[in-house]
Amino acid sequence: MIIEDFKAVIKKNIRDYAMYIALVFIMIIFSILTGGNFMSSRNIANLLNQTGYIAVLATGMTLIIVIRHIDLSVGFLSGFLGAITAILLTQFHVAVWLAIPIVLALGVVCGLITGLPVALLGIPAFVSSLAGWLVYRGALMLSTAATGTIIIPNESFNALGNGFIPDLFSWIPFLPQYHKTTLLIGLLTICVFILSEMRSRSRKMQYNFAVLTKPLFLLKILFITLIITYITFILAGYNGLSWTFVIMMVVVIVYDFIARKTMLGRHIFAVGGNPEAAELSGINVKKITLFVFGSMGFLSALSGILFTARLKSATPQAGTLFELDAIAACYIGGVSASGGIGSITGSLIGALVYMSLMNGMNLMGTDISMQYIIRGLVLVGAVIFDVVSRKRKA
Amino acid sequence: MSTYMLEMKNITKRFPGVLALNNVTFSVKKGEIHCLVGENGAGKSTLMKILSGVYPHGQFEGSIIFDGNEAKFSHIHDSEKAGIGIIYQELALVPEMMIYENILLGHEIQKGIQIDIPEMIKKTEQLLEMVHLSVKPTEKIKELGIGKQQLVEIAKALSRKAKLLILDEPTAALNENDCENLLNIIRELKSQGVTCIMISHKLKEVMAIADTITVLRDGQTICTLDKKEATEQLLIKHMVGRSIENIYPTRTQKPTNETVLEIKNWSGIDSKTGRKILQNISLTINKGEIVGLAGLVGSGRTELARSIFGNPDGYIVSGKVIANGKAHQFTHPHEAIKNGIAYASEDRKKNGLILIQSIKDNILLANLKKISSTIGIIKSEEEIVQANEYVKSLTIKTPSIEQFVLNLSGGNQQKVSIAKWLFVEPKILILDEPTRGIDVGAKFEIYTLMNRLVAQGMSILMISSELPEVLGMSDRVYVVAGGKITGELTRQEATQERVMELATL
Repeated sequence: MIIEDFKAVIKKNIRDYAMYIALVFIMIIFSILTGGNFMSSRNIANLLNQTGYIAVLATGMTLIIVIRHIDLSVGFLSGFLGAITAILLTQFHVAVWLAIPIVLALGVVCGLITGLPVALLGIPAFVSSLAGWLVYRGALMLSTAATGTIIIPNESFNALGNGFIPDLFSWIPFLPQYHKTTLLIGLLTICVFILSEMRSRSRKMQYNFAVLTKPLFLLKILFITLIITYITFILAGYNGLSWTFVIMMVVVIVYDFIARKTMLGRHIFAVGGNPEAAELSGINVKKITLFVFGSMGFLSALSGILFTARLKSATPQAGTLFELDAIAACYIGGVSASGGIGSITGSLIGALVYMSLMNGMNLMGTDISMQYIIRGLVLVGAVIFDVVSRKRKA
Repeated sequence: MSTYMLEMKNITKRFPGVLALNNVTFSVKKGEIHCLVGENGAGKSTLMKILSGVYPHGQFEGSIIFDGNEAKFSHIHDSEKAGIGIIYQELALVPEMMIYENILLGHEIQKGIQIDIPEMIKKTEQLLEMVHLSVKPTEKIKELGIGKQQLVEIAKALSRKAKLLILDEPTAALNENDCENLLNIIRELKSQGVTCIMISHKLKEVMAIADTITVLRDGQTICTLDKKEATEQLLIKHMVGRSIENIYPTRTQKPTNETVLEIKNWSGIDSKTGRKILQNISLTINKGEIVGLAGLVGSGRTELARSIFGNPDGYIVSGKVIANGKAHQFTHPHEAIKNGIAYASEDRKKNGLILIQSIKDNILLANLKKISSTIGIIKSEEEIVQANEYVKSLTIKTPSIEQFVLNLSGGNQQKVSIAKWLFVEPKILILDEPTRGIDVGAKFEIYTLMNRLVAQGMSILMISSELPEVLGMSDRVYVVAGGKITGELTRQEATQERVMELATL
């Protein structure tokens, strides 16, 4: 009975669950191949930090692809803005709390500049952002030309990319080797998750929507609770949550909320689903396009800050190929190349899958050339799966 | 050898929910010009698509005998090979390519592995001469006027050795000189032995050129007349023929005299082509009134509605829109909506609905403010309650409001499209072809809904190609032809014959 229900649900929602299954599969495979190293506390913490700056870009890119555009400029834009941050901090001695908002605002401006010709003149985003790619690459080289790599000695800034949240409860003798703030956050997450799932289920039942059967629902809750618990203990067993992870999660949660629960989000997905119908429904497609590009610029700046802090320096190569990693993460995460369909959480999982592959292959010492080939195959495989499973559904 | 070039026997074609052609028989003699007439939606284009293989053999019932052989076309290539050349209303030329490249597209002359350009140009010159077109074969298509492009299309069909030429409303976009020229060329081709089928709405033109005329109505052959027996009046009678059955629910309330929308001296120019699409249009709509806007496809009805509704196509417009007593100059649909005007578009799939989203999201889209907090956060409970209410009151048949619109039948999609506009609570609702492609039952439900809405004080401007619908539903009818209003008729004055006369002016 349960098994049959389970099969039916999986079959119906294969597209939604496939990424999670793929992620678990990849993690198990690499755990075996690396003799457990992959799932070690240290490596998972490292993996999440690596994922951070790509996931932040993928979040913005999701909306860009949803409204049927693309932004190739984000990689070098984040590199360039990272360099600007470094210059502000080291040469102009601007305080960290001031430098960061300046750079984020600059990011919004750069994003709008890429978006303006797209929104107002109908220039293909590929062209407009390719121009941005070239310009920002040049700007990055120019800004690091005099000094070469700019080392950032500021420790509070570098903590954004390397540091961990402080443990407020380290004085409690209970579970001495664990980061207790992290454990607490994990526990809270589980509570919020269970409560919101139960609320949403009861509401759906009230309105006669299709819901999972009770045993399956409990199974789902149990399964996800176990995963969160496991990850919490892995992280708490090392240094706890990193700042990068916290920032990434805040970005994902805020954007996911905007995408699903606000007028703005509905308008964005309407523009992606059918721009003509959206325009006739009174939605200003130009404004939405500008907003989405502006937000992309903002997140590029944030990504640049995270990456620069992680390296504790700005280099002339920073940001190379980030745009393609972010785009790949979106496609793996189920964003439809023809627009209108996608989710922020999907892209986060996509980024995790993609970065897990890189991380795992690095641990195994796989040759870099093979790594590229495998990443390419995974990307095209994921999109083929996406298209085929969607066709079958329709 | 039979005297018939083409015999289509007992053709029946079904679309989901609609019987497009019902046992149609259509025969064309060798060497004649045969005109096919009928109202919009009578089945003319469907019949021609079956003939040319767009709807492949096996997807319809009946048989086709072309030039003495049974034809089983499964693709447009097959019919082309057999000698059928079809020229659609929307020309299928590549604007950036030269004339000779277009004419011989896919049939390039080769010398070895190379394309033999001089030979192609030479051949094109011969073909252009046949259609009396004196332009250089190396000119680009986009440099030519629409009339000359039409001739290039004909030359292209001739280059494929077409024995039967099908022209779908060839003169719809042409001015009078070009029309005359085209008709002469068709006559000349006839003298050279080419058989021709022409679809046209312009009855004068039909009378001038046809040898034989077939009238289609509601997917059936009504009659085939010899030119000598036919008159314009007779044709109109056959075209509209049916009596209005009682498929229109009776209205209980009369419209008021309070004007809610007035259009004054409204003109519009398409900024892309520079063509005048609307000329000096004036009309009024009263509270609680259903006003019909009749006219043939391409007459400017939709352009009129869209230019009023915030002008999303960027036409260059002049004149006045007075809504609820105030003159407005809407620059975006958003502003029109804010002032109580809603427009449910003609093509619900193309620009009305978002097919990959749920019923709920589609219904709520144009007025999310109503279910959101002041800072724009959507209230989840509220959206479900509201969407359910509209689904119920419009009897949209669906298991849940989470269903994708993609999976609904045409009638239910249309109801979602109307529900979406009712959700913005407009004062004036413009319905563009509200019953296109939906079955009789769903039509009746939509008519009932329209009556209910005007009884509540809403005003409706209905654009429709179905004459009986316009006559059955409207309090007043405006007839549009060539971007102008050619007549205003009260419910009593409006007969199918009268409207058709004004629409074919």
